[in-house]
Amino acid sequence: MRTVSRTIAALAGVALFATGCGGGGDSGSSTSTPEDPAAAPTAEASGPPTRGDADLVIWTDELKIDAVKEVASGFAEDNGISVDVQAITDTQANFITANTAGNGPDVVLGAHDWIGNLVQNGAIDPLQLTPDQLGEYSDVAVKATTYDERLYGLPYGVESLVLYRNTDLVPEAPATLDDAFAAGQAVVAAGQAESPFNLPVGELGDAYHMQPLYTSAGGYVFGRNAEGDYDPTDLGVGNPASIEAGKKIAALGAGGSNVLSSSISGDNSIALFAAGKAPFLLSGPWARADVEKAGFGYEIQPVPGFAGAEPAKPFAGVQAFFVASKGKNKAFAQEFVANTMNTPEAMQTMFDMAKLPPALTSLQESVGATDPRLKAYLDAANAGEPMPAIPQMAAVFEPLGKAYAAIVGGADPTQTMTATGQTIADAIG
Amino acid sequence: MVQTIDRTDDIRSPESPPARGGRSTATSVLVVKVVALGTVIGLAFALLPTLLAQERWGYLTALLLIVLAIVATYATKRGMPAKYLLPGTLLLVTLVVYPAISTVQLSFTNFGDGTRTTQEQTVAQIIGSSVVQSPDAPRYNLTVGTTGSKTDGPFAFLLVDPTNDDQSFAGTADGLEELEDAAVTDGFVVEADGYELLTPVEVNAAAAALAEFTVPTDDGAIRQLGIRQAFEGRTTLQYDQDAATITNTTTDVVYTVEQQGDREYFVSPDGVRLSDQSWQANVGWSNYGRAFTDSRISGDFFKIFVWTVVFATLSVALTFGLGLLLATTLNDPRVRGQKLYRSVLLLPYAIPGFISILVWSGFYNRDFGLINDLTGLDVNWLGNPTTAKAAVLLTNLWLGFPYMFLVTTGALQTIPADLKEAARMDGATGFMSFRKITLPLMIVTTAPLLVATFAFNFNNFNIIFLLTEGGPFTPDNPTAGGTDILISYTIRLAFGAGGAQFGFASAIAVLLFVLTGVIAALQFRYTRALEDVH
Repeated sequence: MRTVSRTIAALAGVALFATGCGGGGDSGSSTSTPEDPAAAPTAEASGPPTRGDADLVIWTDELKIDAVKEVASGFAEDNGISVDVQAITDTQANFITANTAGNGPDVVLGAHDWIGNLVQNGAIDPLQLTPDQLGEYSDVAVKATTYDERLYGLPYGVESLVLYRNTDLVPEAPATLDDAFAAGQAVVAAGQAESPFNLPVGELGDAYHMQPLYTSAGGYVFGRNAEGDYDPTDLGVGNPASIEAGKKIAALGAGGSNVLSSSISGDNSIALFAAGKAPFLLSGPWARADVEKAGFGYEIQPVPGFAGAEPAKPFAGVQAFFVASKGKNKAFAQEFVANTMNTPEAMQTMFDMAKLPPALTSLQESVGATDPRLKAYLDAANAGEPMPAIPQMAAVFEPLGKAYAAIVGGADPTQTMTATGQTIADAIG
Repeated sequence: MVQTIDRTDDIRSPESPPARGGRSTATSVLVVKVVALGTVIGLAFALLPTLLAQERWGYLTALLLIVLAIVATYATKRGMPAKYLLPGTLLLVTLVVYPAISTVQLSFTNFGDGTRTTQEQTVAQIIGSSVVQSPDAPRYNLTVGTTGSKTDGPFAFLLVDPTNDDQSFAGTADGLEELEDAAVTDGFVVEADGYELLTPVEVNAAAAALAEFTVPTDDGAIRQLGIRQAFEGRTTLQYDQDAATITNTTTDVVYTVEQQGDREYFVSPDGVRLSDQSWQANVGWSNYGRAFTDSRISGDFFKIFVWTVVFATLSVALTFGLGLLLATTLNDPRVRGQKLYRSVLLLPYAIPGFISILVWSGFYNRDFGLINDLTGLDVNWLGNPTTAKAAVLLTNLWLGFPYMFLVTTGALQTIPADLKEAARMDGATGFMSFRKITLPLMIVTTAPLLVATFAFNFNNFNIIFLLTEGGPFTPDNPTAGGTDILISYTIRLAFGAGGAQFGFASAIAVLLFVLTGVIAALQFRYTRALEDVH
């Protein structure tokens, strides 16, 4: 009996050795047979993001994944390859880490203000579009995706802040911000609303949403150098123009007319407007779905400026396709972005399914003609300034936001702006 | 007749397995052992090719040592203590010691955003990104051909110029020449004498070799663009390896390596940086030095440290107090519906913290929050440093008391009832017997848990970040907020303004580890003193 059990033990051991060896052989190779039909793209929204084994891996987020899958499966069929489109959260940080390790995607979708950080980490390659092809896109889109005189992203969508108005509460369009504030306060005084003007401030402030007011009141964040790029040495926060702007904002806060309040934050501003508790909302195309669901009559217009002041220039955000520098299939990635995505048909598909105002000029004209609300989004975006993509911008958002929150809460604008300017200058180094 | 009981059977060989039924147990144990060991060895074999291919010698050695240790411990009959200790030790080493060592290693570098790659990779990326297309050259339609192997070349670009009547060219490493006898369909070369054409998938597979391949022309070189296009362009930057400089061939500016802060950049003689890309470098103790000498940090550090200790202590005290109170109340046999109460009281523990904390942060809103609505107050909870601290403690109390309730309920059951009876007979009131008998015994049993809860709350990043993001900030100090604890403060420093700085964050993590370890060690020593009393 002992001999039999020993033999069984030995055989079992050998069998397991063999399994291990056999399994080891396959783990190194990747699968990519030309005969594969376009593999059904998979969506992975949880767990640490990794690339799969497909011939082209694209990372995007939940809002755009359907649109990208549509275009990508066409590309896959044309070339007889498999494509994997994955929905990732916290995309920028995950992409940089994965790309440096060689595990990243081949194409990634993101906002243009990532470009500075991505280039700093050597994570993306520039694109080589001809000047003719580039001329097809709107100026603000091209300006936003150009960095250090190279084109780093293919723009497909532009967005910026617009002013939503509840026409049931305020039938007339305000010509200036002061008109809007007055109308909002009248509505609140009449008891029909709780907040006169929904501009998200919160405890930590929001420099992005305050930008139209800040620019109309005369302030700027970074100046431009001779080549037209943002100049990190020309910081606008802390100089006299920004202090004047701070004073104007303080007059709207707790120390003044109480139009702006830190109780309104990114969490509740859209929800309150959609619930009919506020006549005005300063937000972007991302709020459109909620507002339409609410069902009341609403209008959109580009953000007006203060009376007798400069026009408001909200930050324009451009969504673009980037090509990873260490992707495993750079040839397919460049082909997809520069040739397949760069066509009116693909851009039309992106717009139809992701609903983002398009960056292609011809598409802007055609969709703007049929939908006046979309035209308002496009006009606002084309009039905006692209958000600075330089890495130094990351040092600006938080302190400037906190400064706004303090000013709206009643702090002295001169002291606040000067101190914030000093903090940012120290952080930039 | 006296029957002598033969004891020799029992003392003969205590280690030999019992007879009959024992033999099948021995066989099944042996089979289980073989299966387990075989799986371990099989896993190791499965990982070997990948590690060898990626040349990860460190991981390979570690893997072999671990497998050796497992097999040596479990395959032999000796070393009984090792059999029990090995799994825990292995997990400790791989999941605690190894990450700690990696963190320490990382803390001596400047790894972060902008310094993720080596110098060679950074230079290659800078040079590679400097290709500028020639404005007048056409875009060629590309088909890649080879005169040798499909993966290594030698390659040739078979180009068709769509602007010039579909004229076809062959581009090799020697230059561009006209291609005769090529079949062109739809603007692409589909057949050419002497060349084997690559399909798109093969072109993609040969990307590494093709990346080096360019066709030199007068104005630069023709490069591949995607699968089906080629363009002519020049690299405007050139790297001189011996001098370690980069030269811009159009402006003739020479960029040399210069140290700025804890990073090195390529800088022109005027002080203009070529690119914000830097590379990973060893910086020695400067990260630690920065933690102690940076004026922003040293100014706020003490204040934040005090609040962190206060926060952790109060969290433990309040949750333990409330948990104990509820446990003693519900432990009384006269209470009806104990199970119902217990299930309801456990709910805060069951709801994921992320969701509940975010909901709580909505409660504290000054104008629209639940708390001000219900109580009629107009307190700016999260805007005032004191009330924000109170809010954080309140929410942490809500989150933490179910755990303490469970623990103290269990501990209460272990106190023998006759102790309390004896106290009652001696004339102790309820509260006195609680204070003198129940409470000391409780603390002795739950002391390690209290120490652990303290350490957990000392670094309780979630609640601070999700509830207040560090709490109300004053305009002259946007880095340190009213409810900031050490960990949230340092995460903001390391990952906030200047992009992610992993090296600096690792140094702070090591310092916090030392700090928390020292505090925990002191607390353990104190609680051991408690035990000595008993």
